[in-house]
Amino acid sequence: MPEGLDRKEVAEKRRHRLFKYLRKEVLPTAFCPGCGCGIVLNCYAHPVDELQLDPNDIVAVTGIGCSSWIPSPYFLRDTLHTTHGRPIPFATGVKIMQPEKTVVVIAGDGDLIGIGGNHLIHAARRNVDIKVFLVNNLIYGMTGGQLAPTTPLGISTTTSPHGNVEHPFEIAELIAAAGASYVARWTTYHVFPLMESMQMALTQKGFCFIEIRSQCPISYGRRVGKRTGSEALQEYKESSVRIEDATEMSPEELVGKIIIGKLVKREKEEFTDNLRKLNLELRTRKIGRGPEEWSLS
Amino acid sequence: MIEIDEELCKGCGICVDFCPLKVFETSDKINSRGYYPPLPVKEKDCVGCRLCELLCPEFSIIIINE
Ligand SMILES: Cc1ncc(C[n+]2csc(CCOP(=O)(O)OP(=O)(O)O)c2C)c(N)n1
Ligand code: SF4
Ligand code: SF4
Ligand code: SF4
Ligand SMILES: [Mg+2]
Repeated sequence: MPEGLDRKEVAEKRRHRLFKYLRKEVLPTAFCPGCGCGIVLNCYAHPVDELQLDPNDIVAVTGIGCSSWIPSPYFLRDTLHTTHGRPIPFATGVKIMQPEKTVVVIAGDGDLIGIGGNHLIHAARRNVDIKVFLVNNLIYGMTGGQLAPTTPLGISTTTSPHGNVEHPFEIAELIAAAGASYVARWTTYHVFPLMESMQMALTQKGFCFIEIRSQCPISYGRRVGKRTGSEALQEYKESSVRIEDATEMSPEELVGKIIIGKLVKREKEEFTDNLRKLNLELRTRKIGRGPEEWSLS
Repeated sequence: MIEIDEELCKGCGICVDFCPLKVFETSDKINSRGYYPPLPVKEKDCVGCRLCELLCPEFSIIIINE
């Protein structure tokens, strides 16, 4: 620490580095104590800072749910807070019209996989250049703990009081199979690899998807005997298995485990690029002159 | 060096539970929102790994290494 500088002053300077990306007047957050959403917000602000991304070049898009509060209101600058389940189509529209922007979607499992599930798999198939950070807390948190398509078998929730009879989606595997450019899974305990993975997603072209297992102590944790954030993080710490190790394990050994790491990274043609190229080609053909001469017509 | 903004803290205890060197204890003084913030009682033992800073859901902890 530089001599003579008051420690509060240094701390304020450091805090300010992150707070320039945040609406600090709405902090502390409205999240319940120990909620994973705050950790995801914290982890997201760091790569944006480290990559020296100009926040003006980012458009964050979200839907409805506690997780959807991460970009809006907490992240400062342009956010589209859309209706429940629809951030992906809005984000696709932004990327088509403003290709120079980094388009980031941060939303929950109920939003992205439940009501918006079809948008998600088709955007992955098309390889749209948007970055999707899914906050998967295995429940509809905001509305009081209803069954989500991610809730594990057997868990009792507000809408499955006698236990869930449905199988959950393994969403990272599904998005990888659908054709995304980059797919990874981490938890809110794995903050350092998660930040690295977010950096990767923010810089890699194409549909980039990170499933972040995150705790909802209030609407989910209390139903599974994990009423605090710490208890959930302890579980993430103990039951996570690196994907490299998981390939050596039997399905029985993997029961109850969370497979973490990078599932896929590949170069692929990107949807909005292809759309723009085609558009240009067709217009050039129709007008009979190259784009540089269009203004004369 | 550990700086805690006690007013941002929600007393979730994550920093207390996960610091690998057990630097924190929960304070017995309440903040204005009614939460018990952490106290870095063993600040000398801190190795500056920043795990507490990143796991804190409320930006309450700042670790200064330089
Ligand atoms: C069209 C529509 N249907 C239902 C709702 C009610 N609703 C609000 S948030 C939510 C679930 C959110 O779950 P998730 O996306 O997982 O976010 P979480 O709160 O768990 O972070 C629902 C069903 C709504 N707002 N709009
Ligand atoms: S209900 Fe769950 S997800 Fe929503 S803020 Fe509370 S702990 Fe977080
Ligand atoms: S992790 Fe943050 S919010 Fe939780 S007790 Fe520690 S300082 Fe407070
Ligand atoms: S930086 Fe690491 S060692 Fe220091 S208080 Fe935080 S978690 Fe503990
Ligand atoms: Mg959810």
